[in-house]
Amino acid sequence: MSLVEQFERGLDAPICLTWELTYACNLACVHCLSSSGRRDPRELSTAECREVIDTLQRMQVFYVNVGGGEPTVRPDFWELVDYATAHQVGVKFSTNGIKIDAEAARRLAASDYVDVQISLDGATAAVNDAVRGAGSHATAVRAMDHLRAAGFAGFKLSVVMTRHNIGQLDELKALADGYGAQLRLTRLRPSGRGADSWHELHPTAAQQRQLYDWLSAHGEQVLTGDSFFHLAPYGGPLPGLNLCGAGRVVCLIDPVGDVYACPFAIHEEFWAGNVRQPGGFATVWRESALFADLRRPASGGACRSCGFFDSCRGGCMAAKFFTGLPLDGPDPECVRGLGAEALGATDPAAVPRPAADHSHRRGPVPVAIGRPPARACDENPLAGLAVPAGRG
Amino acid sequence: MSTELRFDLDRAWRVADRVAVRPEPFGALLYHFGTRRLSFLKNATVLAVVRSLADHPSARSACAAAGVGQAALPAYERALATLAESRMICERPTS
Repeated sequence: MSLVEQFERGLDAPICLTWELTYACNLACVHCLSSSGRRDPRELSTAECREVIDTLQRMQVFYVNVGGGEPTVRPDFWELVDYATAHQVGVKFSTNGIKIDAEAARRLAASDYVDVQISLDGATAAVNDAVRGAGSHATAVRAMDHLRAAGFAGFKLSVVMTRHNIGQLDELKALADGYGAQLRLTRLRPSGRGADSWHELHPTAAQQRQLYDWLSAHGEQVLTGDSFFHLAPYGGPLPGLNLCGAGRVVCLIDPVGDVYACPFAIHEEFWAGNVRQPGGFATVWRESALFADLRRPASGGACRSCGFFDSCRGGCMAAKFFTGLPLDGPDPECVRGLGAEALGATDPAAVPRPAADHSHRRGPVPVAIGRPPARACDENPLAGLAVPAGRG
Repeated sequence: MSTELRFDLDRAWRVADRVAVRPEPFGALLYHFGTRRLSFLKNATVLAVVRSLADHPSARSACAAAGVGQAALPAYERALATLAESRMICERPTS
C-alpha cells in the first residue's frame, strides 16, 4: 500500500495539526480563514492548553502549527511554546510579526524545536497591504530583519497565493532568499472572511497554470504541503503531500477547543468534537464519526469518470463547501474548468456561511488599498511538510 | 535514485538526534525536527532494524538480529541508505 493510501485511511494520531490559540488579532485580513479579530471569552486557559500538549505528547504528534488569530498576542504564548517543546511537541507558528522584536528573535534562534512562519501576501507593500492592511508589510519586514539579525536561518515566508501576487513569484522568492528564509506558498480558500473575498482574489485559470509551472521549476526549494494537489492534472504531482489530509493525518483545534477536520473548515458540518469533552483530544481524534467517515475511501462522485481523478482526488473539501459546490464533485478551481462551470449554477442564497465570526466590529472589510488592518493567518497544517515522493 | 546511494552496512549507525520515531500499524513514521522532513518505514522489521542500530556494532548485525535474510538484505540496505541520505540515521563513532 502506498504512503498516500495509508494516509487516506487515517492514522492513530495526526502527524501534525493546526492549533489556533486565539481569535484575537491586531490585523483584519480580508481573507482570514478563521474570521479573527476579537478574543473569544471561552478560549482555552493556560492549564487547558497544557493538558492538550500533554495529550499530543502521548499521541506522539510530531508538531503543531500554531496560529490564530495572532497567537503571539496571548500573554502565555511563550510559556506554551516552551511547554510544548519541553514535551517533545515541535512548534511551528504563524505570525504577522507584530511581537517579533530583537529579543523574541534571539529566543527563537536559540531553539531547535521552534519554527516561525511570517505571513506576507505580496512582495510589495501595495499588493500585501491591500489584503492584510496598511502597515502590515512593514511589520513583517521588521520581524524578518530581527530574525536575520539573530541568525535564525531557514524561517518560512508564508504567502497565500492570490490574483494580485502570482505575478510576484520571483520577487517573493528573492525576498525569502535574501533573508536565508524558505518560501512557502499556500492556496487561498473561501473560508472565514475568505468566503467574501475569494471570488475577487482567487487566481485566474491562466494564473493557476503559471503557478503550477513555477512550482514545477522550483521543486522542493519551495514548500507547499498539500496546498496545490488540485493542480496535479496539469502534468503530474508537485512535491509535497498529494492528498487531502483532513481528519486523516491533520486537523484543527480552534481557540475554544473545538476540533474540526481542517483549518479551512470551521463549520458544524466539519466539527468533530471539543478537547474539553471527556477523553479530550485523543478521544475526538479516534472516535469522531465525522473523522471515521473522512477515512473511508471516497466515492469520487461526479469526478469518478474523470481521467484525472487519481491525481487531484476531487480537490479541496473546504473550497467546495464554502462555494456551495457538492463535496463529491469538482473543486471550484478544477483545472478542467468544471468547477467554474458548476459555480455558475449555484444558488448564492444556499451557499453555507462560515460558522464563527470574531471579526473586529468595523463593518465589512472590502478588498481595497488603504483600508485598515488586515490579518495574518492562512495556515494549512501540512504546508511546509516535506514528504518523500514515491516511497512505499 | 536509491540504487545510486551508497551505504556501508559494516559501519555503526544510530537514529539521528532530533528524530522522532512513531510506530504505526504499517511500520513507522519518522520526523526530523531539524530538516522538518517526514519519512516512512514500510514494515515492522525495518522499524526493528532502525530502533536497534545503536545497539549493534554494524547495520549488518542489526539486520541479522531482526531476522533479515541474505536475499532481503539489499532491500534493507537501500532503505537504510535512503534514511542516511535524509539524515534520519547517522554513523556513530566506534572505539
